[in-house]
Amino acid sequence: MRHVFQVRIGPVGFRIGSDWRAPIAQLEALYAAYPKPVDGVPDFTVRLFAARSWRRVVRPAVMIGGDYVLPEAAPLPLAQGLLAAEMGMNLQMALGQRHFLLLHAAVVERDGQALILTGVSGAGKSTLAALLSLRGWRLMGDEFALLDPATGLLHAFPRLVSLKNASVATVAAEVPVDRLGPVLEGTPKGTIRHLVPDAAALAGMDVPARPALILFPSFGYESATRDVAQSEVFVRLTQASTNYVAMGERGFDALTGLVQGVPARAIDYPDTDGAIALVEAAWAAR
Amino acid sequence: MGRALDGWLLAQTLRDPGGTVALGAEAWTALLAIARAEQMIGTLAWRLNGLTVPPSVAHILADARASAEQGRVAALWEAEAARRVLVPLGVRVVLLKGTAFVAAGLHAGQGRSIGDLDILVPRAALDAVEAALLEAGWEWVKPDPYDDAYYRQWMHELPPLIHRDRDRMIDVHHTILPLTARITPDAGALLADAVELKPGLWALSPNDMLAHAAAHLFADGDLAGGMRNLWDVHCLIAEFGTDGLAGRAAQHGLSREVGRALRLAAALYGEGARLTPADRLYLRRLTARDGWGRATRPFTRMAFYIRSHWLRMPPAMLARHLWTKWRKG
Amino acid sequence: MDDSRGDIVYRMARPETLKITHLDSFTAVFHRASGITHLVTSPVPEILAALGEAGMRRVDLMARLSVDYLLGDADEAALDARLDELVAAGLVAVA
Repeated sequence: MRHVFQVRIGPVGFRIGSDWRAPIAQLEALYAAYPKPVDGVPDFTVRLFAARSWRRVVRPAVMIGGDYVLPEAAPLPLAQGLLAAEMGMNLQMALGQRHFLLLHAAVVERDGQALILTGVSGAGKSTLAALLSLRGWRLMGDEFALLDPATGLLHAFPRLVSLKNASVATVAAEVPVDRLGPVLEGTPKGTIRHLVPDAAALAGMDVPARPALILFPSFGYESATRDVAQSEVFVRLTQASTNYVAMGERGFDALTGLVQGVPARAIDYPDTDGAIALVEAAWAAR
Repeated sequence: MGRALDGWLLAQTLRDPGGTVALGAEAWTALLAIARAEQMIGTLAWRLNGLTVPPSVAHILADARASAEQGRVAALWEAEAARRVLVPLGVRVVLLKGTAFVAAGLHAGQGRSIGDLDILVPRAALDAVEAALLEAGWEWVKPDPYDDAYYRQWMHELPPLIHRDRDRMIDVHHTILPLTARITPDAGALLADAVELKPGLWALSPNDMLAHAAAHLFADGDLAGGMRNLWDVHCLIAEFGTDGLAGRAAQHGLSREVGRALRLAAALYGEGARLTPADRLYLRRLTARDGWGRATRPFTRMAFYIRSHWLRMPPAMLARHLWTKWRKG
Repeated sequence: MDDSRGDIVYRMARPETLKITHLDSFTAVFHRASGITHLVTSPVPEILAALGEAGMRRVDLMARLSVDYLLGDADEAALDARLDELVAAGLVAVA
């Protein structure tokens, strides 16, 4: 393809090809400090392309393709090409990842131990992960937890943090502007702005961590914490995994091992300050 | 290997896995993308098993083998589920394509990606089979009266059914080509000469497997999945030879298709063959991928697409079919 | 149909075909032949334990369950339904 960018995020290498220069230039800038795929052979290919050759220039719409595709994936305007690239990379992970059990979750680490934040979209896991990374935690990822069935360890996948809507301002207030991507208005998910993970996240991207606590955050309620039964954790995590079935017995072993070995709590929080306090308290009591 | 980065890279690697020592990062990347696009990454992974490859590649191939194994388990269970439901009917349930290969432990099944469960049953048993499957938890995928009538009147299979718990599709065939195709294979002979794998589950005889692969490739589609299909052919011939194949192909009216499948499989994966100009056109189309896994040579593709529709349906019927589709927008 | 079932011997699927993990009041069962995970609760684990590898007829199973687990209120129709599901899932085999 005309424009190409390669990057390694934790254990996963990507090749992104594009009919347009702009998304590649943005990726180059935001992923400047990241390494390249091991041996120069990426795990996954993403393609950003025009449905018809003339659509490269006329009302350009970015189609998302790659090794693994969803037929219903709708194109995005070129101004959101960076988001298209990120969605394409996520799609490869969601559909193609077979080495790690993939959980839709944010992960942060402290003292070599990992905290998993999971739950439905909108529970603010990206925001929480970003804020925790500004308060002494190492960001391991805001989208996917990579659980290695062979070791029970979590591997980091610190892609760009995807901040949405209100959390853009919340986080932007605390970080230098050179760690922020362009403001993407009017995307299917509202306003999106990407945050480059900090130096600690990048320096530690090859350092796995043992899971120590699972939290299910819910935004919009009075502060509360409750234990979650193992069977409920198991069901919720199978629902939060895109490849649990495809992983077969390795997935079963990894997930039952995680559920039996790690405590889980649900936390309700009214605002981000409350959330941080609840997370710290749950961590101390784990 | 000084090859262009297209389908030939995959074919040559499957033919001679040792040749990969010469591959650089770009060629490896292309090979993996092409193999995925052709749904042959599991086949490639098994073919390269045990060879020294770059660590990143070894990692990807190991995952592909594990994934194919999981696919094999799921496919065999789906066959078992159908067997349990259909055994009481007392008819032969013949597994087709990938599921048959893995159930019979054939080389063609090693690492093969398997989608839906395809079975062949006697046409007279179709209603009973349909009723038994519906009773046991399979449901229609699309409740569209036009498509349904079309399938029932002209196709060689029931409209697809999906199991409500396991989310897996089953395609129930009563022959191996649509009734609208000009060729009408001898469905009775397919069933009569099938081989029992376990009580209630059968597979086509090796020569019929080859006839089916050829029919599927040239008379029943736009050549999509052709590289995989021809790998099946290559493996079946390596395992069973071609004794009696010519006579069997003639019996089904598939001599031309089987002959071409043998030549193309030999050209891609075997010792080569004396090719006709048309064969070369087929090969050009079959290997039309670039290093990004994209289909290339769109004009060749379009020609084949139109051709495949004409083959399946006499012209007036095609017009009616398209008209109904257009009307529905 | 019920009459013909009377003599059928049911047994648990061979232990090497299953992987069983207890999660509080539930039991997660991985069925190797299908790759499917079943999350089950009482009386399924009790049924599997009672049948064991030796297996037993339906009436004997009912008797055993009422003695061992005080499942006295389990009616036969419900038990039949559970057994059929377990057979369909591959967790119980018909000997």
